[in-house]
Parts: sequence; C-alpha cells; structure tokens
Amino acid sequence: MTLSDLANRLELRVHTTGAPLDRPVGGGYASDLLSDVIGHARKDELWVTMQVHPNIVAVAVLKELAGIVLVGGRLPAEETLAKAEQEKIPILGTPLGTFELAGRLYALGIKGS
Amino acid sequence: MATAESVYHREFPVRGGDFAKAGSVACEIKELLKDLGLAPAAVRRTAIVAYEAEMNVIMYAREAKMALTVSPEVIRLTIDDSGPGIPDVELAMTEGYSTATAEMRELGFGAGMGLPNIKKNADEFAIDSEVGRGTRLDVVIRTNGHVTP
Ligand SMILES: Nc1ncnc2c1ncn2[C@@H]1O[C@H](COP(=O)(O)OP(=O)(O)OP(=O)(O)O)[C@@H](O)[C@H]1O
Ligand SMILES: [Mg+2]
Repeated sequence: MTLSDLANRLELRVHTTGAPLDRPVGGGYASDLLSDVIGHARKDELWVTMQVHPNIVAVAVLKELAGIVLVGGRLPAEETLAKAEQEKIPILGTPLGTFELAGRLYALGIKGS
Repeated sequence: MATAESVYHREFPVRGGDFAKAGSVACEIKELLKDLGLAPAAVRRTAIVAYEAEMNVIMYAREAKMALTVSPEVIRLTIDDSGPGIPDVELAMTEGYSTATAEMRELGFGAGMGLPNIKKNADEFAIDSEVGRGTRLDVVIRTNGHVTP
C-alpha cells in the first residue's frame, strides 16, 4: 500500500505538496521520543507522532522513513514543513489519536516490525 | 567514488545550543557517504551515530569537532567536545537514563537512548569523558558489518 492509498482510505490530510506519496509503506512505528524512533523504526515505515518541530524531518531522513503522520489534529510548524518539502519527506495529518490511527493502519495491513 | 587506496577525511564543527540546525551535520554526512558509494546499511548506521552524537553536543556540550574518516572497509567517527563531561559514564550509557530538561523532553528528546543507539550501531565503540574537560566518542563502523539499522 502506498501513502496516497492510505491517505485516501483513512482521510489523512496531506500537508506537503512536493514530497512523494507513491512510495510503498513497509510498516508503521508510533512514538513521540526521537531516539526511540532512531533506535526502533525501520526504513520505509510510516511514523505516527505528536511531535511537530523540524527535528522530526531529520529523523525521517536519517531513517529513510516513508513519511510522518501527525495525530490529534496537530499541524506541522512552519520550518518543519519547509524542511519536509526540501528533503522530500511527506507529512500527513489526522484528527485521530495515536491509538486509533495505529489500529486503522494495522487493519489495512500496515504492521510493526 | 572510493577506490581501494582512497581515504576520505573531513571535519565538521558542531555548536552547542544551536537547535535550529540540529541534525544538519548528520544529514550532510549521510549525503556524503551515499555519494561515496558506500553500502546503504553502513551509511544509515553512521548517520544514526552522527545524529545522536550531534544532538548530545547540541543539548549538553558547548561545542565539538566531529571527524569523519572513510576507507572502503571502515568508517570512523570521532566526536570531541569541550562540554561539562559526564560524571558517571556507565550510568549515562544505561538505556533510559537522561538529564534532559523539561523543555527538551517536550520536544521528544530525553529518552535516554542516544548513547545506547550509538553503541548498538557501532562495530567498535569507545567513550572517554572527564568532568570539566569534555567528552570524546570514537566509533568504528565496518562497511560490511552485520548490524541492521
Ligand atoms: N556530550 C555530552 N556531554 C555531557 N553530557 C552528556 C553528553 N552526552 C550525553 N551526556 C549525558 O548522558 C545522558 C544520556 O545520554 P543519551 O544520549 O543516552 O540520552 P539523552 O540525550 O538524555 O536522551 P536521547 O538521546 O534519548 O534524546 C544525557 O542525559 C547527559 O546527561
Ligand atoms: Mg542523546
């Protein structure tokens, strides 16, 4: 399943305009602690988080994640969005909380590793 | 492109407290290693080590010099800072231990996993710290290493 499939199925809002949504999503990881994501997320996974500051983009670049979904209706900070466009990291959003979104992703076959 | 004889060396300054640029040295190193044509897993592991070390300098130390040396078999990163030093290195290496401030934690730092992440991704790891002088990390990553990042 690609990011755009997931965005359609789960009515996710796509905040970035230039970042690729056609990349297959290899799994998911949910955490608000950056070093936890660095330590445990896997390449090509979708990251579910409440963090909105620019450092999330650096983490996604370094781990080669498929994208970031901001939960609870949180919006990316302005610099976060600018950096995400520059680094081509898709940032999406949902009003759902972490637990609910993770459950729906799982039901669509997006699992943890 | 790295050849059998070539050794690449470069030094990067890292400035403490510079949160706006946080992670930029690690991202630059990652691009550089990719361009050198090194194995993707080794590139990712080195980038993770560089990121966690850079973040620790930004959060806890005044400034540092990050040195990158690359040969076809081995990537070496040394990070030498002039920060406050670590009073109990063994404790600092324990997963979950952190002295991060409330503001840092709000931003998602302070899991106490940075140094453990560095060690996990290293084939060789040494840490040397003196209170009042600073901290030095010496990390070796073999380009054919087996650790999955
Ligand atoms: N360069 C350094 N100078 C001084 N103290 C350091 C340095 N690096 C780490 N420390 C100390 O070691 C502790 C553990 O570091 P570690 O990177 O494992 O976790 P953290 O930085 O607290 O949280 P995280 O990396 O998960 O965001 C830090 O909280 C800090 O007290
Ligand atoms: Mg740290």
